[in-house]
Order: sequence, then structure tokens, then C-alpha cells
Amino acid sequence: MKNKKSFMSSIAAAPHIFWAILFIVLPLLIVIVYAFTDPEGAFTLENVTSLKDYVSIFGLSIELSVIATFICLLVGYPLAYIIARSKPQHQKIFIMLLMLPMWTNLLIRTYSLMALLDDGGFINTVLGTSFHIVGTKGAVIFGMVYDFLPYMVLPIYTCVSKIDKHMWEVASDLGCNTVTTLTKVILPLSLSGIISGVTMVFVPSISTFYISQKLGGGTFELIGDTIERQFVTGAYNVGAAISLVMMILILISLGVMNYFTEENEGGIIP
Amino acid sequence: MKKYASRIYLCIIFAILYIPILTLILFSFNDSESTASFTGFSLEWYRKLFSDEAAFVALRNTLILAVCSSALSTVIGTAAAEGIYRMRRKWFKTLVTSVTDVPMMNPDIVTGVSFMLFFAAVVGIFKISDYDDIGFFAMLIAHTTFCLPYVILNVLPRINELGNSLTEAALDLGCTPVQAFFKVKLPNIMPGVISGAVMAFTLSLDDFVISYFVSPSNFQTLPLLIYSMTKKTVKPDMYALSTLIIVTVFTLLILSNVKSFKKADKKARKGGKKV
Repeated sequence: MKNKKSFMSSIAAAPHIFWAILFIVLPLLIVIVYAFTDPEGAFTLENVTSLKDYVSIFGLSIELSVIATFICLLVGYPLAYIIARSKPQHQKIFIMLLMLPMWTNLLIRTYSLMALLDDGGFINTVLGTSFHIVGTKGAVIFGMVYDFLPYMVLPIYTCVSKIDKHMWEVASDLGCNTVTTLTKVILPLSLSGIISGVTMVFVPSISTFYISQKLGGGTFELIGDTIERQFVTGAYNVGAAISLVMMILILISLGVMNYFTEENEGGIIP
Repeated sequence: MKKYASRIYLCIIFAILYIPILTLILFSFNDSESTASFTGFSLEWYRKLFSDEAAFVALRNTLILAVCSSALSTVIGTAAAEGIYRMRRKWFKTLVTSVTDVPMMNPDIVTGVSFMLFFAAVVGIFKISDYDDIGFFAMLIAHTTFCLPYVILNVLPRINELGNSLTEAALDLGCTPVQAFFKVKLPNIMPGVISGAVMAFTLSLDDFVISYFVSPSNFQTLPLLIYSMTKKTVKPDMYALSTLIIVTVFTLLILSNVKSFKKADKKARKGGKKV
């Protein structure tokens, strides 16, 4: 009887399960099929072996997105901490100021940044200088940081604002100095916020194609650009193989990070 | 001293975040085509934008799509959260929630590409002559799919928090399971359902990458229109459109915050009186 009841009520999830199989699992299976077939539909490993041509692009994407994520963390953590420690009514305003750029479309933000930094852009015109910024790696990294910084700050803010204000006093009473309080108490307590911030910055950074198109000035290609180009030019099979590899890379790194947070959380908070 | 340092830090970061957006707004009022030197104030670009039908069509499309996909994902997602809560077998529960989270974890470009291939296969299998015929439904399916995990993420914790005792009480008092859900449980989890719906709505409004790969030629949304506008040589009309979008977002944000400001204010005053 009870089993029957439980079965009946978990039927509420049936439409969703149906939807997920049809529109999440099946499309991914099709990507896998495309990655291992040629345009005629015959099985081939050629797409996968041709990936060695793209190793340097993968490397560059990983390099730029790791640097951008690191800068976001370095800039974002103090910002989140300062906001979490300010007066409650100010906190609201600061968070709103962070949310506004986040809710403004990514294309608009990226484009406005490019218009500012471009060779004939606003900054160079006003200052009468000729800085060459757009088209460099630095510009792409800056674009990633600019676009995704709020995604780093908000989860860390949520986490830090839950830490007890007296934690600093308690830690110093128990013999910690400023540095050890930070590294042994505050940072571990905000680890879950850091991890979700890092994920929310890293994943869109490594897969972007718009930021590199605009701020890279077409001088170099990231993995997102490659995928986009393959699909626009109709080379679905190679594009699918690259997408598959990127997806696997990201899922593995997410899995590793989740594994570490779960373990750590278990250690600190019983 | 420390206080001043942190104030300065905040100012610098917010300045960097806002200077590009503010210059974009400034140049939407420029009276020449230049986006680098301001020659004079005019509303020329707004006039151009409003005489352009494409912008209105894109706005209408975006809103229709956002309303439909957020409604659909809220209904399916809320039911799914209830079903997931009821699931007995733990491995099955884990499997369902992990598959659900895939579009949230996956980079947008992979989700977009997978949908593009999926709908190409659908067109092939059902011998649909023109992709435009199913284009809207393809967009609706894609948007609903990437909104679903966010709805479940908002609703499931509420259901877990609420527990089962209220529903059981309702059943003991003679409700059918369906009545118990709609009359007792749903009102109690409503805040989660609403925040899930709002999140789905904004995600759908804002999406560019997935729409880019799925959209048919006859269904353009605002982000896609902005993308095509940035490829032209003359762009201040795109600046004008962006300015309008930013102002709308800003107004909505303030409106939604004024409510909570007032609440906080009342609470603070009440607390003050007590003391």
C-alpha cells in the first residue's frame, strides 16, 4: 500500500524525466554520435585524431580562463568581504550595483568595453594616446574578468556574510594573528562560496566565443571560437568532437572540485 | 584608515564596472555616428530605432518566448521537485538530479550545439521541409530545458524544508493527494516557485549563446538582434537599444528592491520601538 502511494506521487516527476531523456540525454548522445562518424554517417576516429591540431587552442583557452578566474578571485574576494562587513543598508545598495551589470546582456557589456578600449576608441580619443589594447591576450583576460566578476563576488558574499562577526576576536584570543586567522579560519569557512564562484567564472570563460571575437580583435582563436566556426561552416563532425572533449574536461574539473569541497566541509563543520 | 582603504577599493571596482556602460549610454545620445568623440546631444538614434520594425518584432519574440518557457519550466519543474522529493530509491534520485543539472553545468555553447544537432536530426527524421516551421518550438524546448534545473534548484529546498507532516495531516482530514498538494503544499512552497519562475524568465530573456545555435531565420530575439547589430559599421542604434534595455533592468531591480527596503525599514523601526 505504502509503496504504491510513493510510486503514485513520484509520478509527478514523470514529465520531467521524459523531458530530460528527450531533450538533455538524447541531444548529448547525438553529439557523441557525430563526434565518431564522418559526414556520410560511417564510423570513424578521424575527428578525434584530428583534435591534435587544436591542442594549442585548448592550451590557450585554458591559460586565459585560468588567469581570468584567478584574477576574479583575487579582486572579488576582498570586494565580497568588504561588502559583507559594511552596514546592512549599504550592503543592499552594493549588491544591487553588482547585480545591474550581471543582468545587462553579456553582448552589451563586452561591446561597451571594446568601444572604450579600441584603437580609435573613447579612451584613446580623449587622452590623445594610441594604446593598442584590443587584440592582445590582456584585453581578452580583462574582458573575462569584467564580464564575470559579479559571478565570483555574489556566492562568496553569501558565504562570508554568514560567518560570525566575532570570529576574528575569537581566533585572536585563541592565538591566531591576522594571517593565520585568514588562512585557517576565514578562508576555509568561505570555501564553498569560493568554489561556486570559481566554477561560475571558469566555465563561461573557457567556452566563450564572443569575448575573444570582440576583444581579441580576430587575432587569435579560443576553443569557443573554433566550435562556433566549425558549426557555422557546416563541419559538424569535428565541431562535435571538440565540444565533446571540452564537455568532458569541464565535467571532470567540476567533479574534482565538488569532491574536495564535500570532504572539506565534512571536516570543518561536523 | 582601514575603512578608507576599503571605501577606495569599492569605488575603484564599481568605477571600472560602470564606466563602459555609462559611456555606451552617453554615446547613444551623440549626434554623429562616432562612438569615440561626443559632438553634441541628439535623440537621432532613438528615432532611428523606433522607426525600425525589427527591434519591436525582436522585443515581442523575446517576451513571448520568455513567458512561455518560464511558465512551462515552472510547471514541469515544480512537479519534478515534488516527485524527486518522494523518490524512494536513492540511486534513482541521484541519477535524476544529476541529469537535470547537466544543462546548468555544461557550457552554454555545448548545450547550444547539442540542440542544433538534435533539431537537425528531427528535421531529417520527420522530413520537415523548412526548419522555420518548427523554429519557435525548437527555441521553446531549448529555453525550457536550460531553465528547468534553476526552477528545481529553487523549489526542491522549500519542499525539503516543509517536510511531509502538513501533507499527511491534510490527507488524514480527508483531502485527496491532489487536493493536498494544491491546497496545502503549493501555497507553502510558493516563494520558491515564484523565485524559480522569475529566474527562468530572466535567464530566457538574457540568453544569447543557446539561441544563437537554435534560432530559425524567422524568429529573432533581442540578444540575437544586438549581435547582428554589432556586426554592422554604424552602431549607435545598437547603443540606443542597449541603453533602453539597461534602463529597464535598472528600473526593475530598483522596484524589486524598494519593496524589500521598505520591509527592512519597517522591521528596523519596530525593533527601535521595542528598545
